[in-house]
Amino acid sequence: MQNNGKLALCFHTLFVIFLMAPLVVVMLVAFTPHGYISYPTDGFSLRWFRAILENRSFIQAFWNSLYLGIGAASVSAVLAVPAALAIARYQFRGREALVSLFLSPLMIPHVVLGVAFLSFFSRIGVYGSFYALVAAHVIIIMPYTMRLVMASVFGMDRRVEQAALSLGASQWTVFRRVTMPIILPGIAGGWILAFTTSFDELSMTIFVASPSTTTLPVQMYNHIAHTIDPLITSVSTVLIVLTALLVLILDRIYGLDKVLIGKG
Amino acid sequence: MAELASMLPTTTPRFLPKSLIPWLLSAPGAIFFLMLLGMPLLMILVLSFNSFDYAEGIIATFSFANYMEVIKDDYFHEIFFRTYAISIAVVVLCIAIGVPEAYILSRMRSPWRSLFLVVTLTPLLISVVVRTLGWVLLIGGNGLLGKALEALGIADASAGNLMYTHTGIILALVHVLVPFMVISVWAALQKLDPSVEHAALSLGASHPTVFRRVVVPQIMPGMLSGSLIVFALAASAFATPAILGGRRLKVAATAAYDEYLNTMNWPLGAAIAVILLVANVVVVMSYNRMMERRFRRTLG
Repeated sequence: MQNNGKLALCFHTLFVIFLMAPLVVVMLVAFTPHGYISYPTDGFSLRWFRAILENRSFIQAFWNSLYLGIGAASVSAVLAVPAALAIARYQFRGREALVSLFLSPLMIPHVVLGVAFLSFFSRIGVYGSFYALVAAHVIIIMPYTMRLVMASVFGMDRRVEQAALSLGASQWTVFRRVTMPIILPGIAGGWILAFTTSFDELSMTIFVASPSTTTLPVQMYNHIAHTIDPLITSVSTVLIVLTALLVLILDRIYGLDKVLIGKG
Repeated sequence: MAELASMLPTTTPRFLPKSLIPWLLSAPGAIFFLMLLGMPLLMILVLSFNSFDYAEGIIATFSFANYMEVIKDDYFHEIFFRTYAISIAVVVLCIAIGVPEAYILSRMRSPWRSLFLVVTLTPLLISVVVRTLGWVLLIGGNGLLGKALEALGIADASAGNLMYTHTGIILALVHVLVPFMVISVWAALQKLDPSVEHAALSLGASHPTVFRRVVVPQIMPGMLSGSLIVFALAASAFATPAILGGRRLKVAATAAYDEYLNTMNWPLGAAIAVILLVANVVVVMSYNRMMERRFRRTLG
């Protein structure tokens, strides 16, 4: 590959600045020593990070989001693995329809899902339940889990399983000792991507979350709609740093481009 | 061999017909989806034909009144027109920025290329609320953009206040969605044969000419699929227009939210949601159609 020209590098620099500027600004303001939005030009303070710990609603929302993400990503993985095995290994009627069904949440605007879940949950009387929220999130994140698990099942060499079988392993043993370890990176990648998607989801959750099950993005959105202060920037900074760490892990074990670009 | 091929990763009773196995494996997921996705969507479809009264709440009638209201009322015309005008502007800007950037990325040397690819993709995983907050700090009253304009003597600080403007919403949405364009075009560029470019160069074409006449036609499918993803996501965006546009610049998603949670007119909100859904499905279906054709062509 040849090098880029000067003009191209200028464009690239501007692009990276455009992409990073909003995030950098948020992180800078978080270190302000003042009680209002300002840049830390005259001092540097961690008071707004300490303020997070004293804010019960943000802390509670963080735990809600964490449990929600872990719960929803795990349920989606449990549902996705057998379904992906069926889709990847069997030719049966309705196979294509099944794939479309599992990927369909990708083409439904999240606001529409929010409206639909709110109507449904309040009709059957589970509005405000944490488990209802988990179920709604499973629907939203299933396509991501499904794509990555399917990609790893399609990609594995089945002769390894056949070898184990011919050496006398039972089918359950083959699944547990051969298949699972091979497709585990795919499941893990799908789980992390699903968790992140669930953790960040706002447009659907804002309809379904009740005051007691408020998630972090919903809490942040409500905070911003009310007032913009340094506290929200320090919360955002923590989120940016945590996401960056997760990206590093994802990139190391799986390759970020494969997770996000590979259509699976 | 046939028995090996039908091998199943779980213990199955011998009497189980083979054709049932894939169904049993996918049943938990499929039932879950039919119950928790099918039922709610069916419910808002029914709801959108009901009517609403401030005193009595939702009345179980069957009429197209809600759809007629959206179609006839200038208030909703403005909202839908704004939604799709913003989406088109966002798509155009994403092409203008994302396509050259993807091309530049693909021409970078090894360590830089993967580094900047990660830099481009990481924002996708950062909460939209956080990214929009960044834009509030940049383009809000007293924001960095206003200060920069004033310091450079281009305009006074108030010119940098883009809160509650279409420009502000478009700018932030481009920021949120441009990685999708870069991804799509980048994927298309990976399939490119560099020797075609070299041939054009050696025959005397300039770099811009090569880009315009050789590269762009080949990455057209990537540009189109990127455009459709960006369009679909821009048209259904909620957080960014809600925070930067507020009540003054409503789009379809924020209008549905207001009907549901502020006015409490669920049937009307459901009708807006159904319209938004149908429009989105049409867009995504045409995207899939295009991808299929593209696959068929590359696979010969």
